[in-house]
Amino acid sequence: MLEHVVNGLVLGGTYALVAMGLTIQYGIARIMNLGFGDMIIAACFATYVLSTTLSINPIVSLLIIVPAGYAVSDVIYRVLMKPLVDRAPDDGALEVDSILVTFGLLFVIQGVLLAIFGGGYTSYSFLNTPVNVLGTVVAGNRLLALVLSLLIGGALVVILFRSRWGMILRAVALAPHSAPLFGIDTDRAARTAFAIGGAMAATGGVVVSMFQTFTATAGVVFTMKALIVVILGGKGSVPGAIVAGLLLGLVETFVAAYVDPGLTLAAVYTVFLVLLLVRPNGLFGKA
Amino acid sequence: MMKTSHGFALAGIAIILLAIAPLIVSDYWTGVLLGMTGYVTLATAWALFSGPTRYISLATVAFFGVGAYTVAVLNEALPYPLVLICAAGIGMVMALVVGLSTLRLAGVYFVIFTFGLAELVRQTVSWWEVNVTYTMGRYVFLPFEGRHIYWQLLALAVVTFLIAWTIGRSRIGLALKALGDDETVAAHAGVDVTRIKLLLFVISSTIITLVGAIQAPRWTYIEPSIVFNPTVSFMTLIMALLGGAMRLWGPLVGAVPLFLLFEWLSVSFPDHFSIILGLLFILIVFVMPNGVLAKIEDLRKRGRA
Amino acid sequence: MNKTLFEAARLTRRQTACALAALAIAVGAHGVAAQDRDKVTIGYAISKSGPNAGGADMTVTPNYELWVQEVNAAGGLTLPDGSQLPIEVIAYDDRSSAEEVVRAVERLATQDEVDIILPPWGTGFNLAVAPLMAKFGYPHLAGAAVTDKASDFVERWDTSFWFMGGSVDYVSAFTDILVAEREAGRINDKIAMISVADGFGIDLVKAARPSFEAAGFDITYDKSFPPETSDFATILNEAANSEADTFVAFTYPPHTFALTKQAKVASYSPPVFYLGVGAGFPVYPGIAGGSVEGVMSLGGIDPDNELNSAYRAKHEEIVGRAPDYWGSVLIYASLQMLEQTIERVGLDKSAIADELSTGTFSTVLGEETRLENNQLRAINWVGQWQDGQFVAVSAEGGGGTVAAELPKPDWE
Repeated sequence: MLEHVVNGLVLGGTYALVAMGLTIQYGIARIMNLGFGDMIIAACFATYVLSTTLSINPIVSLLIIVPAGYAVSDVIYRVLMKPLVDRAPDDGALEVDSILVTFGLLFVIQGVLLAIFGGGYTSYSFLNTPVNVLGTVVAGNRLLALVLSLLIGGALVVILFRSRWGMILRAVALAPHSAPLFGIDTDRAARTAFAIGGAMAATGGVVVSMFQTFTATAGVVFTMKALIVVILGGKGSVPGAIVAGLLLGLVETFVAAYVDPGLTLAAVYTVFLVLLLVRPNGLFGKA
Repeated sequence: MMKTSHGFALAGIAIILLAIAPLIVSDYWTGVLLGMTGYVTLATAWALFSGPTRYISLATVAFFGVGAYTVAVLNEALPYPLVLICAAGIGMVMALVVGLSTLRLAGVYFVIFTFGLAELVRQTVSWWEVNVTYTMGRYVFLPFEGRHIYWQLLALAVVTFLIAWTIGRSRIGLALKALGDDETVAAHAGVDVTRIKLLLFVISSTIITLVGAIQAPRWTYIEPSIVFNPTVSFMTLIMALLGGAMRLWGPLVGAVPLFLLFEWLSVSFPDHFSIILGLLFILIVFVMPNGVLAKIEDLRKRGRA
Repeated sequence: MNKTLFEAARLTRRQTACALAALAIAVGAHGVAAQDRDKVTIGYAISKSGPNAGGADMTVTPNYELWVQEVNAAGGLTLPDGSQLPIEVIAYDDRSSAEEVVRAVERLATQDEVDIILPPWGTGFNLAVAPLMAKFGYPHLAGAAVTDKASDFVERWDTSFWFMGGSVDYVSAFTDILVAEREAGRINDKIAMISVADGFGIDLVKAARPSFEAAGFDITYDKSFPPETSDFATILNEAANSEADTFVAFTYPPHTFALTKQAKVASYSPPVFYLGVGAGFPVYPGIAGGSVEGVMSLGGIDPDNELNSAYRAKHEEIVGRAPDYWGSVLIYASLQMLEQTIERVGLDKSAIADELSTGTFSTVLGEETRLENNQLRAINWVGQWQDGQFVAVSAEGGGGTVAAELPKPDWE
């Protein structure tokens, strides 16, 4: 029983880590980023290349890849998203436009990765060391994902709710149209939020690459998992993403242990669909 | 102004030409026509529901796959026409259940829900096949060549257009215009919003199920990863949106050039398909946000001014 | 309304006409008149993107490229009159879509009019194109397709050839080893078995259940999991709790790699550790992070076969990486047979099919490779990592195999 809780939380840590960036992009920058998973995959490949060609330790490569993720996302926002935000007559229109544009972005990133790395499986071994947690042996790299997601999540919550800067971001998320009246630069705030989301996709990619086999076209799997976590947790809610991520990990593990491993994903989608019907705004969402 | 009868005559000639085409062109072009007709039907059926309600559905492949799977399961047990009726019935029931439970969701929640639904159906079918029937791949050995499948799809496409046209002219059609403009106003004006939405969803989903059922014999071997390929949902969506989901001819105007474009890209740039497709997508959103037809009207208005 | 309808109809027709014309020109540029015969055109559609790309990129595509490059470097394909023609390749991406692969084959056959069509990757896709290949008269050398129904398919499509055997073959060879090990007292009679809920996994598990049970084994854990699964902590935990000495997993590469990593973390090292696709990849030991001594899987090579060693060296030199230890060599052998067939009977499709059915060929598998009822049977069914090589094994050894070394040593 306890072992399943530990395994479930460790698995959920990965989901939470991957989903936090998306929830910030969607909740604050109001961009539904379907290319999010492909950014994760790009970071996976970047880690792999740095580790195999320059023998840079994947943890050290966080120092390179995470700022790169921030910078790339900043540029993407300026070039692709800003014009859409400016022209959108209402939130619905922006949502549709951003879905379509990031869908295109998904294919571009995927196509570039395919052209460079081909369609084959990539995987390597790092930090695949047993760590004993409350009597259950878990993989060090997966535990790292859980620890990182809790640390980053905690830091984000503190920033969002305790700093002036966080207040600005939250104001933009809640009332994008009235925020400028208070002298808030909504464009800058949204861009920053989008870039932070990109940096977190990069973080997720670096960590995930340590234990998961990836291919150039696997991004959509991450996007969907992250989307489910985001919607479950409530859009824009960092604590929601963490709780929902851990919850999904627990659901998968318990279904695998007590029901049937073949039904783990069906169970996840059932939980998701039922919760969506009962609480359409997610666990931590505001109506 | 052209009379309706002229329109019908024109459409009739076009359909006859399309129907005799496979007797003249090569198998490959029949295949292209087949794929194109499939997507025109999918996109038109999709827009039947998603156009007026503005609900973006990604459940297309859920119904498409269920149709194909029904044929895979029943093709040896029942005569083919009965199999099609069964597929349509299953699609209809599924659409009723899904519609009754989900149509109060809106915006992105509906989008994600429908995507989740497609995955759920796929996982459930896989699990059922593995653990209950102990078969994964199923074989469809029906004596159909490409052109037989194409003719069936063409007939379905014509029916779909007739349905869309009839709805557009009926009282429901007027109600739909109100619905698209403002749901609350429509409700206050005595339009039974939920019933109309449900009706449209069921009609649209049943047609989509039939497209899957008709196309199934083309692949001989059917397993969930083949028929529940999410690309189908995405393609349908983008084709309908490109043409303009609010207009009768919109999905057609989107589906035909996009399908040919994809075909051309896969022939000419097999290694860079994804990149070009992605760039095109982005371009479409920036240049033609409301679809091709709207863009053309827009240009024409400006030309007159 | 009517006005828009009319405009739209006119516009659509014009657009269609333009697009069709553009397309015809584009395709025409690729089209090759079969008569001029200054080259042999060979076409194929393969998954370069999508979920199937990983498998195709390991086993099939590199061998097509290697073979074409070798043939062309030697002056081209030799015809019966001794003349040589270079190969021109037309390659499409089926994007892992069944509809796409079907249309691509139609395009190759009726539009590009290629001389030879090579098959796509995967059982499902090979079956999807089989009726078309038969209809257009192309010999279908189904390489990367594992199926127990090969004999039925040969009956249905008599120009189809199956090079990878069926699930029953792989499972019964493995069962023989297990029975010998049990009789030697090295393993108990319990088996824990998992499989990916996809065509490959289900096909094998369906063959495995009756085979293991008929041999008196007790399958104490028997579960399938969705292909998207990436975490195996719980599944391995349950398998370990089932007290089986034999762990069998019919999996695809991502699962194979993840299972190995998790087994190391959990120090789960049963005497028999058998995995699916991916365990025979040359990169497998690196991915697993060190020694994988004793791990078993499908395939395997005969380390004493010099033809095979030469092939592996050539593959590494030209493709830049080593081939896998299972499917690659079978695909390459099928191409060699095709090459020799053309040398004997020319480019007539039905003559090629007849010669493939009845002829004897010299391939990387051996000097006398021949097909039985259009199926290759000289396949290594079970392989095991021994001293850094994935070698073909059997209970006793012999016939190109060595004896299985069990129990598997602990992970390092």
